[in-house]
Amino acid sequence: MQRSAVTQIKVRKVAAWPITFYRSAVGKKWVMAITGIMLMGFVLSHMVGNLKLYLSREEINLYGEALREIPGHLLPRTVFLWTIRLGLIGAFALHIHAAVSLTRLNRKARPVAYQSERDYIAASFAARTMRWSGVIVGLYVVFHLLDLTAGTANPDFVRGDPYNNLVRSLERPVVGIAYIVANLALGIHLFHGAWSIFQSLGVNNPRFNNARKRFAQGFAALIVIGNVSFPVAILAGVIKQSCEGTPIEEPCAGSGAFGEKN
Amino acid sequence: MSAPKMHIKVTAWRQSGPDAPGAFKDYDVNDVSPDMSFLEMLDTLNERLIENNEEPIAFDHDCREGICGSCGMMINGVPHGPERGTATCQLHMRKFNDNAHITVEPFRAAAFTINKDLSVDRSALDRIVEAGGYITAPTGSAPDANLIPVPKAVSDTAMDAAQCIGCGACVAACPNSAAQLFTSAKLAHLNLLPQGQAERWDRTIDMVETMEMYFGSCTNFRECEAACPKEISVDFIAMLNKDYVKSQLKQRRLAGQVFP
Amino acid sequence: MALNSHIPEGPMADKWTNHKFESALVNPANKRKFKVIVVGTGLAGASAAATLAELGYQVTAISFHDTPRRAHSIAAQGGINAAKNYPNDGDSVHRLFYDTVKGGDFRAREANVHRLAEVSVNIIDQCVAQGVPFAREYGGQLDNRSFGGAQVSRTFYARGQTGQQLLLGAYQALARQVSLGNVELLTRTEMLELVTKDDRAVGVVCRDLITGAVFSLSGHAVVLATGGYGNVYYLSTNAKLSNVTAAWRAHKQGAYFANPCYTQIHPTCIPASDDFQSKLTLMSESLRNDGRIWVPKDSGDSRSPRDIPEADRDYYLERRYPAFGNLVPRDIASRAAKREVDEGRGVGPLKNGVYLDFGAAISRLGKPVIEERYGNLFEIYERIADDNPYDTPMRIYPAVHYTMGGLWVDYNLMSNLEGLYVLGEANFSDHGANRLGASALMQGLADGYFVLPYTIGAYLAPLLGTAPLATDEPVFKAAETKVAENSRRLLSIKGDRTVDDIHRELGKVMWENCGMGRTEASLSKALADIPAIREEFWTNVRVLGDNESLNQSLEKAGRVADFLEFGELLCNDAQQRKESCGGHFREEYQTDEGEALRDDENFAYVAAWEFNGVDTAPTLHKEDLEFKEVHLATRSYK
Repeated sequence: MQRSAVTQIKVRKVAAWPITFYRSAVGKKWVMAITGIMLMGFVLSHMVGNLKLYLSREEINLYGEALREIPGHLLPRTVFLWTIRLGLIGAFALHIHAAVSLTRLNRKARPVAYQSERDYIAASFAARTMRWSGVIVGLYVVFHLLDLTAGTANPDFVRGDPYNNLVRSLERPVVGIAYIVANLALGIHLFHGAWSIFQSLGVNNPRFNNARKRFAQGFAALIVIGNVSFPVAILAGVIKQSCEGTPIEEPCAGSGAFGEKN
Repeated sequence: MSAPKMHIKVTAWRQSGPDAPGAFKDYDVNDVSPDMSFLEMLDTLNERLIENNEEPIAFDHDCREGICGSCGMMINGVPHGPERGTATCQLHMRKFNDNAHITVEPFRAAAFTINKDLSVDRSALDRIVEAGGYITAPTGSAPDANLIPVPKAVSDTAMDAAQCIGCGACVAACPNSAAQLFTSAKLAHLNLLPQGQAERWDRTIDMVETMEMYFGSCTNFRECEAACPKEISVDFIAMLNKDYVKSQLKQRRLAGQVFP
Repeated sequence: MALNSHIPEGPMADKWTNHKFESALVNPANKRKFKVIVVGTGLAGASAAATLAELGYQVTAISFHDTPRRAHSIAAQGGINAAKNYPNDGDSVHRLFYDTVKGGDFRAREANVHRLAEVSVNIIDQCVAQGVPFAREYGGQLDNRSFGGAQVSRTFYARGQTGQQLLLGAYQALARQVSLGNVELLTRTEMLELVTKDDRAVGVVCRDLITGAVFSLSGHAVVLATGGYGNVYYLSTNAKLSNVTAAWRAHKQGAYFANPCYTQIHPTCIPASDDFQSKLTLMSESLRNDGRIWVPKDSGDSRSPRDIPEADRDYYLERRYPAFGNLVPRDIASRAAKREVDEGRGVGPLKNGVYLDFGAAISRLGKPVIEERYGNLFEIYERIADDNPYDTPMRIYPAVHYTMGGLWVDYNLMSNLEGLYVLGEANFSDHGANRLGASALMQGLADGYFVLPYTIGAYLAPLLGTAPLATDEPVFKAAETKVAENSRRLLSIKGDRTVDDIHRELGKVMWENCGMGRTEASLSKALADIPAIREEFWTNVRVLGDNESLNQSLEKAGRVADFLEFGELLCNDAQQRKESCGGHFREEYQTDEGEALRDDENFAYVAAWEFNGVDTAPTLHKEDLEFKEVHLATRSYK
């Protein structure tokens, strides 16, 4: 009788180095970490930019416009913005691709699940639900783009008036709540992801290992509090669409949480 | 010292061979002393089974001192059971309550074929070591042992990693069946020491890529660290990741770049 | 057959060097034409297999474990000796040689021991080069400690896990050779028969433990590195699977078994707590460096140890051996503990231990220092005994730990059967009647790395051009049939008693009659009891399951069957040796102070036994020992 050989789940192949690198799970995790940092940067600046909502309609609309103008006259209008957008799309796609293929690999690595109940000791809820929080965030991003960038999911969409679009969209309770749910999922995702990045990149030093965890907690909390405040403020009526019909070039009296500045 | 005897209900995985179907079976073990080790409790159960003409439960064990790494099973859903930093053979029944219900299941992973009952084949871990988990030092070629001073901190950290007993609990604990903690412990042991530098980058690539032929990927659950009977830190996994990226991305053809 | 130990001529210090030069060599290109089978992959086996493969031989290594790293060498805690003299405290090759011969109570072969001391320094170099993380000083140099009765610090250690780290080093060297294709590694494969033709070892018969398949391997030489036989006592500090089977079956094929009665009892083990006890756990002897051993002066003292004032404590080792105190050699410490317990001063619930107290050391050095030195050992103790040794003294008692006896080998480590080499604990060669602490690792690695690779060439060189015997030869087929038949027979008894039950019975007989103290009467009793137990085994054992899958009861039954034969030989040996020495203490032969009384006049020989059949008395062959360098003297550790 022949003994059965050890099951292999992957074949080791040699290719050009970036391919070999990405083909490895450690390489994929590295790519996920790098793209994760890019997406974290986006999420953070997006949230900080949106805080202008609390200043005035004009401020946030000018902010939206300014993004298109970067870097002034050095490049044609929106070229820089699109570069960033393409970069983010690429990062997003790689992040998802790596996640999906790692998930598939990991399923293969344990074809027969434990037949008794597992008791997890260290794995946090966030860590164990990464793929689900990721899926929720991913789906939400698609809707978010259709809603507020393309405008196809928002009947009151006015190109160039983010203030109007945002308030109009989040006024709808279903959308507002979906926004909150998605951001909670994002927070959970970030809570594990932001810590995990240090591990995957091998940034590790006993001197600051505890700070890695605090950073992840702080970052996730910051994003969730900032982002969730928008729909809450809108649904609670703190921020209202009070200038219906006003042309966007003109300031809208009484808009924004703190009213007209001038 | 007649400590009161305990009654334990054991639900054990029974499987007659690698390809046979398996199922849980319940057993009552009555005269369990709190001073028994977990394996002695299973010994007692096995004696009882043989008396009743039932085949004893197969499980791997040897030194029963927590160092050989032979033993290991899922005990109530945790590799090596509830006590941190303890191999199954060093787990004592006093850690359980009277009338406890204990479920034992073999370690599961694609690479861990079940031989029988709770005994699994962990030879995939040997494949990882064979891929580069050594320092090439043919017998007789060694210089004087004190020729290369090794800072105490380095030697101590290498020892922290080298303590790995190769039991496979990290793989069993990982929701992804990743062998990162095992591999990173071996890599860190050798990559930290001055003697290990010459082969550091090739070793890292070979061991990591061989590991990935059999095991899943690390997604930083840290279950391995919690299950490890030697409490080896996931910091070594971070080191593995860094060394792997370095060895892949850095062109080391020029002299002077071979060493870190 | 006359025993020829093949000790080289010349002055002691030059013997090994001269012998290496005079031994025939195998041309590098020809080495790959030789097949060597290495059985066992512990320290000795793994280091031998790796080194032979590095040299170019074709090696097949066999382990009954799932990986070589499980071998019981891994459990050695304390350290490994080497005559490096790094601490500059007067150590030298000669001193290590001298200490080992003296420590072995003058029952070892001088030339072998000298060679061991010589190569000890190479072992440390080799292991450090492999990346063994030995303990270091802050300056980065290797740290040494004094160990078990040595008056110099020559012990290298890696926390309390020296054996583990050394084994991993050897295992890694072996893994490298496996990946290079120079070693074929067969795991979960148990050697069950040595195959000989014309008194020459030609191969082995193995059983695949997963599939039950029986098959033969043939080679130019067979190397046994299969460890010791301490489990004949059932309870010992050996791993559960350690057994005498490979050595015993070689013995039954004609290999002489030497000095089986030399069994080392380790003084610092955790006392047994009940009948269910499956094994005993050793606490490293290094604990005696800082721990003080005592019992209450009054045998009826039932106070907790902390409440017993100094005046009521008897630090009996310090009292009786002022020079060495708690660091007297193992056999002396063990017997002293037995005496205290036998006289009713034992401590603990079963009154079967003595205290090992760190109170004084903790107040002198502080808890952190003690923790740094022994933290992991204290943890092991607390886990098992449920007592915290920082607060309460440990309870310890001697247990069977190491067996100095083993298959007889000559200076080349070859048994009387040509082509059969025996390494490590499985041979009898270097420790005499008693092994010093931290010398087992040294011997295993010396044999594997530095002795066998030189000596095997001399045997193989003349065999150039001969092919290993084909495995379809009748000798192989007959051996295969025998192995298969043995399994079938064990499975067909279908009696009432479990293998463990009978093994426990044997162990009890051995421990009570041939343990720490032996008498003519106790040995006669054991010799009467053992055949009866053997008879009981072969008529009433119950082995369930089949031969065609993993069957741990069947494996165990085969091993216990061998212990049941071997135990008798051990007692026979103990009976003929009418003296006390090292690990063999005959109560009739002791000084007025209760110390071992050697009889150099009549017993300065190696007892090598020839097998004549299971129920037939074995034949004793004597190899006389000569002591030219170390003069015979009574050991005194006062």
